[in-house]
Amino acid sequence: MDLSFGLTMTFWGMGITLLTLGLLILIIRLMNKIYPYKNEDEKKD
Amino acid sequence: MFNSAISALTQGFSSLTWQSVVMVVIGCILLYLGTARKIEPMLLIPIGFGIILGNLPLAGLSTADEGGVLNILYKSGILTELFPCLLFIGLGAMIDFGPMLANPSVLIFGAAGQFGIFLTLLLALALGFGRGEAISIAVIGACDGPTAIYVASKYAINLLPAISIAAYSYMSLVPIIQPPIMRAMTIKKERATLMPPGEKKASKKVKLLFPLVAGIITILIAPMGAPLMGMLMLGNFLKESGVVARLVDVSQNTLTNLVTLFLGLSIGASMLSGNFLKWQTLLVFALGLIAIAFDTVAGMLLGKLMYVTSKGKINPLLGAAGTSAFPMSARVVQREGQKANPRSFLLFHAIGANTGGQIGSVMAAAAMLAIMSKLVVK
Repeated sequence: MDLSFGLTMTFWGMGITLLTLGLLILIIRLMNKIYPYKNEDEKKD
Repeated sequence: MFNSAISALTQGFSSLTWQSVVMVVIGCILLYLGTARKIEPMLLIPIGFGIILGNLPLAGLSTADEGGVLNILYKSGILTELFPCLLFIGLGAMIDFGPMLANPSVLIFGAAGQFGIFLTLLLALALGFGRGEAISIAVIGACDGPTAIYVASKYAINLLPAISIAAYSYMSLVPIIQPPIMRAMTIKKERATLMPPGEKKASKKVKLLFPLVAGIITILIAPMGAPLMGMLMLGNFLKESGVVARLVDVSQNTLTNLVTLFLGLSIGASMLSGNFLKWQTLLVFALGLIAIAFDTVAGMLLGKLMYVTSKGKINPLLGAAGTSAFPMSARVVQREGQKANPRSFLLFHAIGANTGGQIGSVMAAAAMLAIMSKLVVK
């Protein structure tokens, strides 16, 4: 079994996925702070 | 002369082999499942018909028949990875990231929902599959047909028919696969947890900026996933811009439908007895099922952790929505939540986690492709 390949892929693959989504959470929170939802948004929709 | 005419007219029948007959029967079964049982009919009907056309002798309609109609479609759409990418424009134009943007914490479920991919990768390697094949099989766990096809067309073209059918079939079987796992991993009190209905909303500007920002960041992190993530975010940007209704309409309907038809037909016509009637096909199906089950287990474990850390404020069922079977997983969560507590309304939060799963699955695939490309170069 190609164990080292599997473990490398699992460690980095899962790590990158978690980190990227974590980074996106921070960015979305920042964007929500800069551009909070207002009632006008609903009117535009 | 008479004998030559008879021989010419019967050569189709005389060239039939038992293997092609078996494949035609498989094609008919898929047609039955698509038409009578309505299981992913958009894909199973073209695939089923493609199998029949591709396996009829002398028809010249298999993807192995150089210059044939379906060979051209296969070479130009599957081998170039064009079809899955085009499908992602349509997918992006259909997705509403609003619930996820209003409550970004649910994005983390989208990461947990991909854990099954990596466990299945280890299993596939243990069963003797090559690196590229193991990655492609594992991505079935993404519950995301186009991503599975994209990865398989890059690294396991021999398993592409089995992988694509498994990916799409399991996507539609999510309402059957997930609930027993969800019930087994939670007690009724946990499933009955009430969460406030989606009061929070994201502003129009955030909805418009998100596909652009997320696209740039994710592509910079894992450029190998750019074709998928780029197209997904392009489709979503078209939708959120609000100024290209015609393009959105074409992406959501005409483009998606046409590409699905061509994709299904070409995959079906590539399912020849020689590359499908083998024991690996059964293993691919078994591993795909395991991947989706592991995804659900990992998501539920995170859900339970968040239930504990939030002191019972977050319903652990949300973890099951972290897969990218959109919107099936979210609906399953809503249904299971309401079974435990009729006053429960989890759909808004579950849709958020589910869209997070969509991003997570592309990210997981992109990360694997990026690592794989470096290993191949070395």
